[in-house]
Amino acid sequence: MSTSSVRAIGRVSPTERDPAWLSRLFWACAGLAVLAPALVATEFKPWLLFEPDSLRVSGQFVADFFPPKIEPAFLALVARETWRTVAIATAGLALGLLIAIPLTLLSTSVLSVSSITGRMKTGPLVVRQIMRAILIVLRSVPELVWALVFVRVVGLGPTAGVLAIALTYGGMLGKVYSEILESDDRHAAQSLLRNGAGRLATLFYGALPQSAAELTSYSVYRWECAIRSSAVLGFVGAGGLGQQMDNSMKMFNGSEVATILMAFIVLVAISDWVSARLRRVIG
Amino acid sequence: MSGPRIVPTGPGDAMPEPLRRARHSAIGLLLAIAGLIVASFVSLDLQWARFTDDQAVQRMVKFMKELLSPATESLFLVKTAVAALETLAMSAVGTLLAAVGGLLLALPATQSSGRGQSLIRNLTGFVLNVLRSIPELVWAALLIIAAGLGPFAGTLALALHTAGVLGRLFAEAIENAPARAAMALRTQGVSRGLVFLYATLPQISPQLLSYSLYRWENNIRAAAVMGVVGGGGLGALLSFHMGLFHMRETSTLLIAMLVLVAAVDVASWVLRRQLQR
Repeated sequence: MSTSSVRAIGRVSPTERDPAWLSRLFWACAGLAVLAPALVATEFKPWLLFEPDSLRVSGQFVADFFPPKIEPAFLALVARETWRTVAIATAGLALGLLIAIPLTLLSTSVLSVSSITGRMKTGPLVVRQIMRAILIVLRSVPELVWALVFVRVVGLGPTAGVLAIALTYGGMLGKVYSEILESDDRHAAQSLLRNGAGRLATLFYGALPQSAAELTSYSVYRWECAIRSSAVLGFVGAGGLGQQMDNSMKMFNGSEVATILMAFIVLVAISDWVSARLRRVIG
Repeated sequence: MSGPRIVPTGPGDAMPEPLRRARHSAIGLLLAIAGLIVASFVSLDLQWARFTDDQAVQRMVKFMKELLSPATESLFLVKTAVAALETLAMSAVGTLLAAVGGLLLALPATQSSGRGQSLIRNLTGFVLNVLRSIPELVWAALLIIAAGLGPFAGTLALALHTAGVLGRLFAEAIENAPARAAMALRTQGVSRGLVFLYATLPQISPQLLSYSLYRWENNIRAAAVMGVVGGGGLGALLSFHMGLFHMRETSTLLIAMLVLVAAVDVASWVLRRQLQR
């Protein structure tokens, strides 16, 4: 497109240049009409960030970031909390598996004997739907809310974090596990069931062999997510890096916050890397 | 490369070599995972005793009973509705800001050729990674210092984290966009900006919208709990009433949260179906 033709386009009336201009204009106005109350509701006032008072406080806090605190005692503390973050995620996910696996086996339609000859019978159908409903409730409550609940029941500390992750991730894993089992080819499982194999034998010899890699890979990915959530759960008192960060933040200690943030970013990067490698190996 | 060769063997060594190696590494992996799990349980001083002592059952039953009787005073319901709308607005505005910011950051992250641009590219890549690897709630806790308690800090926190996530996805989408239309314009000497606006963007905009909607679903969940660290919305009411052991109010708020999340899921599903058509 040469410069002159670009100019020529400039002289054409807007209606000819863009036949859809009316609908574009309408949707732009509609968008603004929805956006305006949303901006009010979120108290969207970016200029407040640049008021002298706010600038001074946040400037001081950020200036404190450099240098990060690297006293050996503090570093040891951060290292311990980092491990606790990983441990909460791992223990939580392990308990989550204990919830997810039985619920998956009870809710998946792959192992249904009645459905290989027509429709599933009413009894098994009701049981499966109840199990699905339990899974939905478990995963729709955010882990942070579970943690808040358990902090009330068992007190501050890692127990609440482990339970919170176990329940939410149990719900998520259970749902995805049964989806994976159901989306893979059912032929082998159906043949076994038709020939009178038990459900457990069908699971081990028909369903698992084709889905094992995908199931494992998804579990590893969830472990990586659990590490991120367990770091956050500390903010409500469930132990780990988050709790340490909350403490440092409450004391406006920028250099401690900087160290913890860096530990956190490194932890996330490492778990990203481990998880990606493991998933590649599993394939 | 040939596939695993299955050599007929005697009963003594029934397993072909590649399979044996795969089995060894699988056993190693399983042992490592088991070790990690045991180490985790041992090193955390978990207090299961709280669940097994005499009053534990009573306590749980009382707790559940209170949770199952939500508060329905009309004044509180109005308060809940206002907070739910605030949460909705936070997630929408946060996602919108993130989509704009993510697109602006994705552009320099994809520019491939040219002098000095690999530095810019790496730098934006790094910024996107940092934005992404710090969770929304941590951003909120940090931003409260600058923006004060309230929904604004929560909105900004959502926007920052999501901008990191979307920026990376957008950059991938731009790189994978069919290059023909862009090439046609570039050979005519059209500037980079116009090429992007008239060739690349129209091709990938459904994908960008779909990614943004998907993140909106995530963000409504995040926005619901943002208030727990001081970011406004339903979470603020929730942590207030839970702190005071107002279990009936807590129950109402939890229900509101679930309804809100489900509603946004449905809305986003419908919109994405429309986009795919």
